Amino acid sequence: MTIALPRRAALLGAAATLAAPAVHAQEGPIRIGEINSYSAQPAFLTPYRNAWMMAQDEVNAAGGINGRRIETVFRDDGGRPEDAVRHAGELVNNERVALLSGGFLSNVGLAVADFANQNRRLYVASEPLTDALVWARGNRFTFRLRPSTYMQCAMLVEEAAKLPARRWATVAPNYEYGQSAVRWFKELLTRAKPDVQFVAEQFPALGRIDAGATVQALAGANPEAIFNVTFGADLTNFVRQGSTRGLFERRSVVSLLTGEPEYLDPLGDEAPEGWIVTGYPWEELNTEGHTRFRENYRRRFNTHPRLGSVVAYDTVSAIVAMLRKSGGTGTDAMIEAMRGLTFPTAFGEAEVEFRAIDHQSTLGAYIGRTALRRGRGVMVDWRYADGRNYLPTDEVVRTLRPQG
Amino acid sequence: MVQGLSGLASASSLFLVASGLTVIFGVTRIVNFAHGSLYMMGAYLSWTLVTALPRGHLGFWGGVLVAALIVGVIGVLIEVLLLRRIYKAPELFQLLGTFGVVLIVQDVALMIWGPQDLLGPRAPGLRGAVEILGVRFPLYELFLIAVGPVVLGLLWLLFHRTRWGTTVRAATADREMVGALGVNQRMLFTTVFFLGSVLAGLGGALQLPRESVNLQMDLAIIAEAFVVVVIGGLGSLPGAFLAALLLGQLQAFGILIFPKITLVLAFLVMAVVLVVRPHGLLGRPPASAHAAHVVEPPYPPATPLARNLGFAALALAVLVPPFMGEFALIVFTEIAIMVLFAASLHFIMGPGGMASFGHAAYFGLGAYGAALLAKHFAAPMELGLFAAPLMAGFAGVVFGWFCVRLSGVYAAMLTLAFAQIAWSTAFQWVEITGGDNGILGVWPSAWAQPKLVYYYMALVLCVGVTLLLRRAIFAPFGYALRAGRDSPLRAEAIGMDGFRIRWVAFILAAIAAGIAGGLFAYAKGSVFPTYMAIPRSVDALLMVLLGGVQTVSGPIVGALAYTWIHEQLMRSFDLWRLFLGSVIVALVLFFPQGLVGAAQRLTERRK
Repeated sequence: MTIALPRRAALLGAAATLAAPAVHAQEGPIRIGEINSYSAQPAFLTPYRNAWMMAQDEVNAAGGINGRRIETVFRDDGGRPEDAVRHAGELVNNERVALLSGGFLSNVGLAVADFANQNRRLYVASEPLTDALVWARGNRFTFRLRPSTYMQCAMLVEEAAKLPARRWATVAPNYEYGQSAVRWFKELLTRAKPDVQFVAEQFPALGRIDAGATVQALAGANPEAIFNVTFGADLTNFVRQGSTRGLFERRSVVSLLTGEPEYLDPLGDEAPEGWIVTGYPWEELNTEGHTRFRENYRRRFNTHPRLGSVVAYDTVSAIVAMLRKSGGTGTDAMIEAMRGLTFPTAFGEAEVEFRAIDHQSTLGAYIGRTALRRGRGVMVDWRYADGRNYLPTDEVVRTLRPQG
Repeated sequence: MVQGLSGLASASSLFLVASGLTVIFGVTRIVNFAHGSLYMMGAYLSWTLVTALPRGHLGFWGGVLVAALIVGVIGVLIEVLLLRRIYKAPELFQLLGTFGVVLIVQDVALMIWGPQDLLGPRAPGLRGAVEILGVRFPLYELFLIAVGPVVLGLLWLLFHRTRWGTTVRAATADREMVGALGVNQRMLFTTVFFLGSVLAGLGGALQLPRESVNLQMDLAIIAEAFVVVVIGGLGSLPGAFLAALLLGQLQAFGILIFPKITLVLAFLVMAVVLVVRPHGLLGRPPASAHAAHVVEPPYPPATPLARNLGFAALALAVLVPPFMGEFALIVFTEIAIMVLFAASLHFIMGPGGMASFGHAAYFGLGAYGAALLAKHFAAPMELGLFAAPLMAGFAGVVFGWFCVRLSGVYAAMLTLAFAQIAWSTAFQWVEITGGDNGILGVWPSAWAQPKLVYYYMALVLCVGVTLLLRRAIFAPFGYALRAGRDSPLRAEAIGMDGFRIRWVAFILAAIAAGIAGGLFAYAKGSVFPTYMAIPRSVDALLMVLLGGVQTVSGPIVGALAYTWIHEQLMRSFDLWRLFLGSVIVALVLFFPQGLVGAAQRLTERRK
């Protein structure tokens, strides 16, 4: 076989770097393995990582956990679940992390959760929204911080049911998140208001919306109200075409996540007005805890926090609270500590709890309407929707999640 | 009616990008992966210029044009510094270099413009809408509808009424002849690249009033632009225009009936067009045989040195792992699988002479074959690993039957179309495949659970199948395959059934990729549609090209090098794409025959 030198060199190089897993003294820092799609989703995850570092430094400056510092090893999965699983293996075996955290995309979250289940490690999923993570495919080792697709839909349905609209149209990105959001919205709204009718649905490919055609297709069905699930670049293009073509005039729009600064800020002075959204009113939210968080963040990074920042900060807070409670880094002890754990949120609202029944946290979201102030979009008339009020009853949850 | 107008506007913007791509390909035969990056830079640069310049007509339109010109200059830089040096390399090798550029641009754009999506101002004078048949329609979209035909007309004038354009057309038809007639090819290539880049930049810049500028633009547009170019016929401008119109309209009306169709529509259309018209709508088969390609040198038998190195490497792969940590085993397993995956692609690409842009389909189908059995029938790993090559092989039988009739980039794009169809099926058929949330819990049987055992099993299977493929290359079958690649007419004349031979090779390659996919599924414990998405097909191509497509052990070395570099960089650097891109560009410049090709030359020279 004509094998050239590089093969051998590569192997030897690999051997040198891979052979010696780092060894740490028992009383060294507690290490967290954080896997996220940093390069694929920088808009959400750059503010996320900033706040993560901020939270970690605050904890360590205050003396750490019983004298032990916390340390985080970051890994970029590039949006590919298979790479995330490899990183998980590396973090657990070589970096000797005590637990895994992170995840932005739902499929990455599910892959890491399954890895955690197989390898008996704790995984604190921060961001993935899919309901499957704690319900259909929930496992003993996985906990999830953010309000799920179901919860956010339930929050919006509460408002949508108050509208006089009967004819609804939906538009959502064509992947699991979009499909489940539409399914839950239809199901919950029909339950709340049996006479609603869904007259059109559009499922543009994620990140590749043909906004003009989509807007025209929705307008053609002449709905009284629209439920939107698109976000990011798709949302921007949808809003632009929709406003120019008058799609939103005399129609109510109910929209998931649009109130988050990640998605509202890029719209600038073209942000739509009067949409009912879930999101994060960072500017007007002046609870004591949040004011402190916002000002610290601004001082350090010279910009305002995004929702990603809150998610990261709360994830670290939860992990820290858990470590204080568990008193060690044994996986079983940590899981016991996670179940029913309460911890403060950067929102400055009531303490959040990791439910023992399905490992979902009760972190909520803000519901309000969008408006234009000084040339950019903000949320007005908002209120905090506590997550615990938007989850199904315990009996239903037990049927949704594999028991035992 | 208005739906049709919306379709026209999308068609126009698609045409602008595709026109640049088709012009570049027509003359230089380069599959320019970085075209999407040029488009993205056009959008970002025009955002910077338009927001910095004073508002008004001059500021806006001036900004758009200047941005397009700057992109043209960037294109020239890429051509002069990178591509010019590798025109002599094997076909498609330039793809590797342009892919490096894509990676670099992604991180550079992130560094310059930050992670947040940017929304540009609207075009002055074209902010509003007009009433058409009682429906409001944006003025800017009307403007875009006009831009497409105008650009087509201008390009037509350029190509038919100027001396330069005539030369370009001549070079598109027969590059060698134009060179023989004394036309300065270097200058021609550079100017063509400039024109193509300006068109890409203009396409991006004109999206400014329409869409947000973001870091995903490059990859979002590139696949679709290629589809347009191929449907139209490579190198044909009117063809690209027609194809863009066709796609725009089908897209606009398709979503009224099947809202989820956009995921795969473009690829469905491409598959149908290519099956019916193997050279696209308006493309012509390559005019003359002598311009087609250079005959590859035969594969030399392994030298004793190379043979010993191979045995040494294998001995290392067998003896060292027991002394290494668990993670090293994970990486080694992955590398072994990638070696087989790359070798399977090389089998049709090297000796078969038929590149595949969609080889991940068979890898992914193998993984799904195993995972579906595990999910729906609780089948054990042994059965799953048996099902993997079956499923992939079956797909190879069906897809291969269509693909091997075509040649060159058309064949490669048809494989891509089938791969995308397979991918979208896995993505959309949620009840069976779990959609993009994938299938979880695909773990090995108890005896193979320890990482070391699984590694040895993967090693035996991967090395074994790779050696079988190698055996086939040097068997009469392999010689027949190469004969069909190098001179199809003569091979037919002595009674070889070229179609059958290529088809069997395609199926064998699919089966081997399926085995790799099945092993990968059990190594990861879960299966997702990303296993057969475009990036994985690109990975396979990169590995083969990096190692050297004209050598037999190239894919093995390429897989080792690429998987290892990728893993190391991704772990060690935040800006890993920038580093990986730079490494790829450097390797392309220094080893234009691939790593093994370079090593072979070195030993030959020493003799």
